[in-house]
Amino acid sequence: MLLVFILLFPLFAAVLTYLSGNKLANKVALGTTAFEFLFSLILMRSYRHGIVTDIAYWHTWVANPKIMFYVSCDGLSLLMVLLTTFLVPLIILSNIKKEVPNSRAFYSLILLMQFALIGVFIAHDGFLYYIFWELALIPIYFIALLWGENKDKEFRHTAIFKFFVYTLIGSLFMLVAFIYLYTKAGSFNIIDLYQVSLSPGEECWLSAAFFLAFAIKIPIFPFHTWQADTYKEAPTVGTMLLAGIMLKMGLYSLLRWMLPIMPHGVICWNPLFMTLSVIGIVYGSIIAIQQKDMKRLLAYSSFAHVGLIAAGIFSLTIEGMQGAVVQMLAHGVNVVAAFFAGEIILRRTGTLEISKLGGIRNLAPKFATVFIIVVLASVALPTTNAFIGEFLLLYGVYEYSTILSIVAGLTIILGAVYMLKMYQRTMLGETQAATATFADLDWSEMTVFGILIAAIFVCGVYPKPILQMAGPALENILKYTLR
Amino acid sequence: MMFIGWEGVGLCSYLLIGFWFKNQAYNDAAKKAFVMNRIGDLGFLIGMFILLFNFHTLNYAELMKAVEGVANHQVIVWATMFLFIGACGKSAQIPLYTWLPDAMAGPTPVSALIHAATMVTAGIFMICRANFLYSMAPETLSVIAGVGVATALFAATIGVMQNDIKKVLAYSTVSQLGLMFMALGFGAYTSGVFHVVTHAFFKACLFLGSGSVIHAMGGEQDIRRMGGLKKYMPITFATFMFATLAISGIPPFAGFFSKDEILAKAFEHNKLIWALASFASMLTAFYMFRLVFLTFYTSFRGTHDQEHHLHESPITITIPLVVLGTLSIIGGFMGLPAVLHMPHYLQNFLAPIFVHSHPVEGAEASASTEWMLIGIAVTAAIVSIFWAYNRFISKGVLPAEEGKLTGFADLVYQKYKIDELYNGIIVKPLLMLSEWGGEVVDKVMVDGVVVWTGRLSLITGKQIRMLQSGNIGFYLLMMVLGIVAIFLYLLKVM
Repeated sequence: MLLVFILLFPLFAAVLTYLSGNKLANKVALGTTAFEFLFSLILMRSYRHGIVTDIAYWHTWVANPKIMFYVSCDGLSLLMVLLTTFLVPLIILSNIKKEVPNSRAFYSLILLMQFALIGVFIAHDGFLYYIFWELALIPIYFIALLWGENKDKEFRHTAIFKFFVYTLIGSLFMLVAFIYLYTKAGSFNIIDLYQVSLSPGEECWLSAAFFLAFAIKIPIFPFHTWQADTYKEAPTVGTMLLAGIMLKMGLYSLLRWMLPIMPHGVICWNPLFMTLSVIGIVYGSIIAIQQKDMKRLLAYSSFAHVGLIAAGIFSLTIEGMQGAVVQMLAHGVNVVAAFFAGEIILRRTGTLEISKLGGIRNLAPKFATVFIIVVLASVALPTTNAFIGEFLLLYGVYEYSTILSIVAGLTIILGAVYMLKMYQRTMLGETQAATATFADLDWSEMTVFGILIAAIFVCGVYPKPILQMAGPALENILKYTLR
Repeated sequence: MMFIGWEGVGLCSYLLIGFWFKNQAYNDAAKKAFVMNRIGDLGFLIGMFILLFNFHTLNYAELMKAVEGVANHQVIVWATMFLFIGACGKSAQIPLYTWLPDAMAGPTPVSALIHAATMVTAGIFMICRANFLYSMAPETLSVIAGVGVATALFAATIGVMQNDIKKVLAYSTVSQLGLMFMALGFGAYTSGVFHVVTHAFFKACLFLGSGSVIHAMGGEQDIRRMGGLKKYMPITFATFMFATLAISGIPPFAGFFSKDEILAKAFEHNKLIWALASFASMLTAFYMFRLVFLTFYTSFRGTHDQEHHLHESPITITIPLVVLGTLSIIGGFMGLPAVLHMPHYLQNFLAPIFVHSHPVEGAEASASTEWMLIGIAVTAAIVSIFWAYNRFISKGVLPAEEGKLTGFADLVYQKYKIDELYNGIIVKPLLMLSEWGGEVVDKVMVDGVVVWTGRLSLITGKQIRMLQSGNIGFYLLMMVLGIVAIFLYLLKVM
């Protein structure tokens, strides 16, 4: 029941936050999400040897068609839940000092989003999973649409609308595929779906449909064009939710729902999937170099990073998949920290245009220090969390193909180019008009960065628990994928 | 895992060079150092992957067992080649050396540290550690020797034309590192390490000395504005002189022994490379004494204010100078030439590490050959010192001012325009590609397809909407046509 409680608690918290009114909403949201994180830590305690014992819960929901309320949690799900419950309170804390119009609606939407995200990560019934998958889109759509800060409303509405329709269309392909799977397996239950036998032709088009849904969400080249505009137009909290957690829905789903159900389909498309992922890495990295807006630059950098994660998954090796899990967590932490740094600059200077910034280091040494740590973590320097992930991912890709691993490895060079360039242009050099009165970090900002940086180093120095936790789940997935 | 320490060193240099964070040029230098190292890191990473994939371990001890009796040397050749790319990045070898002279922008003690002792020798350290692999890959060793001697010569010629005291030392470092790699390329690991150690002594001494000079000159680094500093800064001068003698290979100073050992090894293996390397060390003696003569001898050429300001550095600077200067004098005795029948302490100390690579060390040269080589090397060094003396003291020639040089001299002065070349063929195209990729490919082409797919559905919707005209007659007509079509279809099926 603990798992069900963890799933439902954010929903309850959302209602509570809404009822508590505009003044208290942020504090209630912060408090409840902090408790949610504690609950998920308790969940972690019941994790033993690859499975979370006695934690699965199922109940018939609809008798015909056979749909179950079936939630369960293995190491992979647990890590994703932990990532979600860890990041959401920090995202809320990062915004706590900011005046938000109609804040009770804003914060309850965040909690609703958390509810849906956890649902995606623990649902073990295809139909239930699909409901959560679509549900997650709704709060983020409203957050981005209604609380976006750009003055150009017209452009914002277009960008967010594009994001909504684009991801929705992708999901519909998945829905069709799920219904087809139901006709074959007679149930949406993941255990039945893993067993279902399909002809290679069927698997081929089914996996194409799933891929489309996930590729748009992740995003994988060339389905990424919603990303930069949406990241820029959404309020930073929304961007953090999108980049930090929501992207992982797609990556997680590749592992959970695509590879084991239609292995032959995946293998038949794999050269294409792999190539697209690797193109995305280099393409995103190159475009990031000359971006003029910090948020857009980070968007393209994020695009490049998730490309590598996808490539690691499609390498169909245990190293690649382990790397993917480590990197999903690392990327979640690092990208939230990076966007928070951007948000701090935006709040103080009113702009994210790189050419208008500079010299912040002179006025805000604390901020400069934490920001360089974040920058170096995102270029995967050893002892930071992304290093071990990147190493494993590239090794997974190497096992698949030497050439592709060298191409994918360009990310470690290009990543250094665009991240250091961004840091140099915004933080170093002479102070500009916009940065002339830049105040250093206050306590709440310091707290957020402090926790994120602690996570960066803890996971970077001692990644073993993560690898151990994900190991059995991934081996199980790999077993079905390579059957 | 060694990689962790490896990249950590790269990070330190980024932070240290960027220490003076306001200056755009310094920031660029720091970024360049980081990115160049990253290029090497990618090679290093691929090399590690090859080893990991084939031998399932990266632990030196386990690896050593795993490669024993491996038939497929091709794998080891590839692995060592890629690892060597990493060494090139870290230890500033062609083609990844250009960051090092720019890194000179850092404050002086940092330069001394990075250059002499720690970071740049990481590449050599790595190859020595992995010597059991390299000894199995003669092809890689040849490449290393080639790259090493080319770097040594190339950087030495650039050093001859530089006027910035720290730049001269920087190119000298690149050149000396080239010699060390050449030694490794001949499988002479001990000699390489020996030169690393002695080089650390005298190069650190030189860098600190140059810092002392720059400090006295009020930040001036151009040797054309110096001169006659000997009488103002006796301690700095004396230690600088000893270190210069050491780097030039004059006996009995430290550099003589290690350089002699390397040249002897080169002579055994390849006479052409030996000749090139000897020429490079001749140039070393020349540009180092050019530096000393222009800085410390003749009369002062700076402004009156600067002359007034000249003074010996405080004791906190002179003590390290004296220590390092002393080591420059005696440091060579840990590895005396075999011909003197004295113990080679360093070789004995390092022997356990290199035990696996003995076959490549080759036969020792005969005593007479070794004496001859020593004779040639020392004569060459002394000749070039006299040449420098003649040119810069007797004739009082000063290096030309900016823009006065022509032809080949100008090209060398501008470091063969390698930076411009890299900018032209890599950096600029990459930036253009990025700009073009973001504005045209991504926005217009890739996104264009998405947007037009969306628009197409709107347009189709608009057209189809016309059918829903509200005209009952039209609907009836359509209904009748539909029924007829169904009947026709059924008839055909039956």
